[in-house]
Amino acid sequence: MVDLRINIGDIILKNPIMPASGTFSEDLASVFDIDLLGAHVAKTITTEIRSGNATPRVSESGYNMLNSIGIPSKGIEDFKKNILPIYKEYNTPFIASVSAPSADGFAYICDKISVPGVDAIEINISCPNIEDDGKAFAMRPNSTFKVIEKVRSITNIPIWAKLTPNTGEIMEVAKAAQDAGANALVVANTILAMQIDIKTYKPSLGNIMGGLSGPGLKPIVLRMVYQCSKVVDIPIIGCGGISNFEDVIEFILAGSSAVQVGTATFINPCVMLSILSGIKGYCEENKVSKISDLIGLVDDKNTPDTFALMEIDI
Amino acid sequence: MDNKSRIKIYEVDTEVISNNYINNDYKHLILRAPSRALDIVPGQFFHLQCPTFEGSISFLRRPMSVYQFSKKEKQIEFLYKLHGKGTRAISNLKKNNIFNIVGPLGKGFLLEENYKNIVLIARGVGLATLAPLGNLAFEKGINLTVICSARSKEHLMSIDLFNSLSNKVITVTDNDGSSSMVNLELLINNLMLSQSVDAFFTCGSNRILKLLKKLCGLNNIPGQIALEQQMACGIGMCFCCVRPFEIGNKIIQKRVCNEGPVFRISEALPW
Repeated sequence: MVDLRINIGDIILKNPIMPASGTFSEDLASVFDIDLLGAHVAKTITTEIRSGNATPRVSESGYNMLNSIGIPSKGIEDFKKNILPIYKEYNTPFIASVSAPSADGFAYICDKISVPGVDAIEINISCPNIEDDGKAFAMRPNSTFKVIEKVRSITNIPIWAKLTPNTGEIMEVAKAAQDAGANALVVANTILAMQIDIKTYKPSLGNIMGGLSGPGLKPIVLRMVYQCSKVVDIPIIGCGGISNFEDVIEFILAGSSAVQVGTATFINPCVMLSILSGIKGYCEENKVSKISDLIGLVDDKNTPDTFALMEIDI
Repeated sequence: MDNKSRIKIYEVDTEVISNNYINNDYKHLILRAPSRALDIVPGQFFHLQCPTFEGSISFLRRPMSVYQFSKKEKQIEFLYKLHGKGTRAISNLKKNNIFNIVGPLGKGFLLEENYKNIVLIARGVGLATLAPLGNLAFEKGINLTVICSARSKEHLMSIDLFNSLSNKVITVTDNDGSSSMVNLELLINNLMLSQSVDAFFTCGSNRILKLLKKLCGLNNIPGQIALEQQMACGIGMCFCCVRPFEIGNKIIQKRVCNEGPVFRISEALPW
């Protein structure tokens, strides 16, 4: 019997597999028993009502996907009244996800949703900081620190900082999130991308640019998880292109405690279940009795200290 | 509710029985499928995983409405137009190939208990979406009128199927001008003079939607339309497939995959 339990701070997950925000809803319960998952992660909500971006909102590029959904949100009250009660029926930790245009905005919404039934709040800081130059909070350590510090001061619920891969300072940002009081990091979000139709000359997305997700993202995010694990002590939840159990084991070896699966669910709605049985099988075959024993076990001993964390001079 | 009893969408491997051209543009795909996936309401769709074909990758699944199905025969059929990368990949499927599908998805057509006379009106491949509704109406003994519109006589499809379900199948084409909106309006108005109509059902044409919005409104007759939109997840999670609808005096975005693909004609907006 393999022990798949994972601790993310004080939260005990029955296994390390959870959906990525925006790629999951209670609708998936029509496909399989979602109580088998390690956690439920809700779609990002905002304080203001948002209808989302213009269509097309999605396009495909090889084995990857571009999206610019634009965080449609029905606001805080709808979340409390219509979303939260659904998940109270399940014995699985429920993670809310929030976004806001300012640090105060993040604090406001986190305060409002710090209610029973919300086991942690994922702080989606990949959105533009409108009080500064519009760059995403998680692109820089300073703005990351400000948001997380503000949220920390207003809620006792565990907070998970969701970082963006669209930064040259992933380790500094990770450190800033930890220093400001984040209980865990989610590494990472989608990579800013675009695509043009060569017949119509039009961008493939209504919003022109969007986020790239899918298997192509995996090695990039894996690298970021590895880098972050070198500079923080809080748990890391890997998220980027994970499509099978081998990807999950790789992420755990790189330093993830748990993982989020997103785009792969669109292609195969039962993929998280196959991943679960895959990691069980891997552990049995390799005599791993506790999956948490694998966290950060990547064998990088014989490499010079300086090499890995340098982002230039490859 | 018990968690298992919530499950009604299945990801299943099917086996290709045949995949033949019915004219230059359209093909008819027949699959053998596990019966658990075949509790289908007419108007519902499946999400199809396109095979990789000559190096061309269709990463996302493609939504396609069900043309015919039989739980007893363990068969499901699709009628599709070849117009993009995905449908071209599907057109390459051969007998005995394994083809992965997810469904049934979305909300289908609703036949109210009091419906005695209904009219199906569709253009081109839109007829495929209405075909299983025709079967259901026939089984329920509902009097069916079918108006089929196409570019030419050669492009009229499923006429034999509809003739087996209804003795009132009217065909109109662009070639002889009978498919014009002026003529269709006259035709429907004459039909409403000669018999009562409890509801209209349509799919596939913006102009027909506009006409039916007008006629349903004027005559206070309900109508339903099956709509399309590009999709990613197909089950309601990603909010990629939204379209605007007019509800009250408000424009509301709804997911075609989840709140639809069948909507009230009074709420649907022409595109």
